[in-house]
Amino acid sequence: MSDPIISFQGVSKRFGQVTAVDNTSFDIQRGEFFSLLGPSGCGKTTLLRMVAGFEVPSAGEIMIDGQPMSATPPNHRPVNMVFQNYAIFPHLNVRNNIAFGMRKAGLTRAELDKRIDEALELIKLPGYGSRGADELSGGQRQRVALARALIKQPKVLLLDEPLGALDKKLREQMQIELRQLQQQIGITFLFVTHDQEEALTLSDRIAVMSEGAVMEIASPGQLYESPGSPFVADFIGSMNFFEGEILSSTDSAITVETSALGTVSVTNSDTQMTAGQKAWVAIRPEKMQPVFSDPGEHANTTSGTMGPSAYLGDRSHFYVHLPQREDPVLVALQNLERSMTQLHKPNQPVWLQWASDAVVVLPRD
Amino acid sequence: MPGGASPSGIMLLAHDDLAVYKARRYKDLSFMSRSATSSPGFGLRLRRRFLASEALRGFSLLSPTLLAMVFGLAMPLLVLFTLSFWLQDYVDFIKTFSWKNYADFFDKPIYGMILFKSIKISGMVTLATVLLAYPMAYFIAFRIKTNKLVWLILITVPFWTSYLLRVFAWKLMLGYNGVVNSGLKSIGLISEPLEFLLYNPTAVTITLAHAWAAFAILPIYVSLEKIDRSLLEAARDLGENAFMTFVRVTLPLSLPGVIAASLLVFIPTVGDYVTPSLVGGPSGIMIGNIIQSMFGKAFNWPLGAAISVMVMFTITAMVCAFLWGTHQFRRRVA
Repeated sequence: MSDPIISFQGVSKRFGQVTAVDNTSFDIQRGEFFSLLGPSGCGKTTLLRMVAGFEVPSAGEIMIDGQPMSATPPNHRPVNMVFQNYAIFPHLNVRNNIAFGMRKAGLTRAELDKRIDEALELIKLPGYGSRGADELSGGQRQRVALARALIKQPKVLLLDEPLGALDKKLREQMQIELRQLQQQIGITFLFVTHDQEEALTLSDRIAVMSEGAVMEIASPGQLYESPGSPFVADFIGSMNFFEGEILSSTDSAITVETSALGTVSVTNSDTQMTAGQKAWVAIRPEKMQPVFSDPGEHANTTSGTMGPSAYLGDRSHFYVHLPQREDPVLVALQNLERSMTQLHKPNQPVWLQWASDAVVVLPRD
Repeated sequence: MPGGASPSGIMLLAHDDLAVYKARRYKDLSFMSRSATSSPGFGLRLRRRFLASEALRGFSLLSPTLLAMVFGLAMPLLVLFTLSFWLQDYVDFIKTFSWKNYADFFDKPIYGMILFKSIKISGMVTLATVLLAYPMAYFIAFRIKTNKLVWLILITVPFWTSYLLRVFAWKLMLGYNGVVNSGLKSIGLISEPLEFLLYNPTAVTITLAHAWAAFAILPIYVSLEKIDRSLLEAARDLGENAFMTFVRVTLPLSLPGVIAASLLVFIPTVGDYVTPSLVGGPSGIMIGNIIQSMFGKAFNWPLGAAISVMVMFTITAMVCAFLWGTHQFRRRVA
């Protein structure tokens, strides 16, 4: 994992009293689709703008392809950006927008025309060259912004929430196209988003950020299935947390004593926690299996009463009240059948079951 | 037919049949019954026509302005145009059609010469004003983050006093013993006052450029303020330095403001006569002074009218040429 394309080395950015990015260090590998994910104001856009050169770090250094960048203005950096609002030049047509950055490329007119045609082909807008900027839909503007950046053959393509302005259907389509495009051309993508679903769909690796700091960097599957901290577990998807204390810990299994679930045994956990430590037991809503008749004595089972439910089409969410717990537990159920009669009966008894490898144990302080 | 005038008329427009039906049912209500007996009456049809036609509604909304324009602008222009084909006979007009005034305009080189000089001075004024106004507008639009309004109000401060006073002020500044000369003398740069400051075209240009500055700053400011800042970042990101970003993005996008500023300054200054008569001297005379004298001491209104018409035609032609030129520039940059 040496020779990263981008390397953040102790990067901080302060605006007056506000620290937007705080002493951040990590690497982005060549050819990766890397996402910065976090709530608004977490510093992800500031980090991206520092890579582009629009902001200068208050401390630390950003290396792009082994070169320190703090003294390099945006126009001399080997990166290009797709802006949040696309920033299509309104006084230029599509062709001239795409050609904007090629003035100093030293191409002949014919070569440039060929490159632009290829770029239009790549973004699936052939024949749109003479369209004006105001004659494009949101999705088309986004593609033109992509082509305009990619024709420069940057070492890293920076994308600042480029799908935020599109409607849901188009956004999902563009996600797939972006992913295919990235695999096709093999350029490193650095992608900023606050939409976790988008980040999970697109990325090879995701950096989860909060209040100017990177909380965790991992693949989508790792982040979702074995998050490293309660913050990440809570931020990515939905999570039910149960307070507990470690009873015993071996290499293969951990047992945790909780007030709400009783004794929970967990396998397939890589936590290095020892007996007596305070812990969170965390279970995803879809990993709790509801049963509507008494299963008898059974490991990893708890009973409660049915609370309110919500129908979401492909799945249903419902809340279960446990006797030892104030907050209800969120349970998600795939609507495999069309009948949902069970969900419409609040206050009926319900039993929840889970697999012992579906549980995540996290430190609690 | 009185139907359309009833209060129910408007309601009837929306759901004609239903309303008529209702109106018949409640015939005993007196104000309804009138419309009921005559619907769909002539007045009603008229009202429907009116509401259905965008153009008709548009014109009626415009009508106060339209009336003012017709009586305040079109009619005087027509009078001026007619007058230019008449002749002056001491205190009377000879009201027969004649080209003589226009023939005079072309025969005597003085008129064409002075018109040409006026255009030259106005052109210089426009150029100077726009070039000086652009950095000012740029500064307010891009560098001032808070209290922009204060800066914009400060720009209008010269307008708090009258135009005439401002021209007089420049006379005091540029005069033989004026601020500039006495200032330069007191610091020892010159021993004798400079005489080329006042009573020549340069004095007219300086005075007019100052007087019209705000008219140039404001439209340029508005067009700069509208520019999305991410476009400038995009240009930098795509490899252009700050100067080329200005040339390729900021300037073309602010061109509408520059055009508006140029026209706002150029058109009125060609015909200005106060400034040239106060600070212009014999060499700084402009076409406005000639026209003024035709309607004054020279007492030849028809010739004055003919010169005015010629000035208008010339300015129109120049503005068209200017707009065509800027259009070409934009296409070239794009």
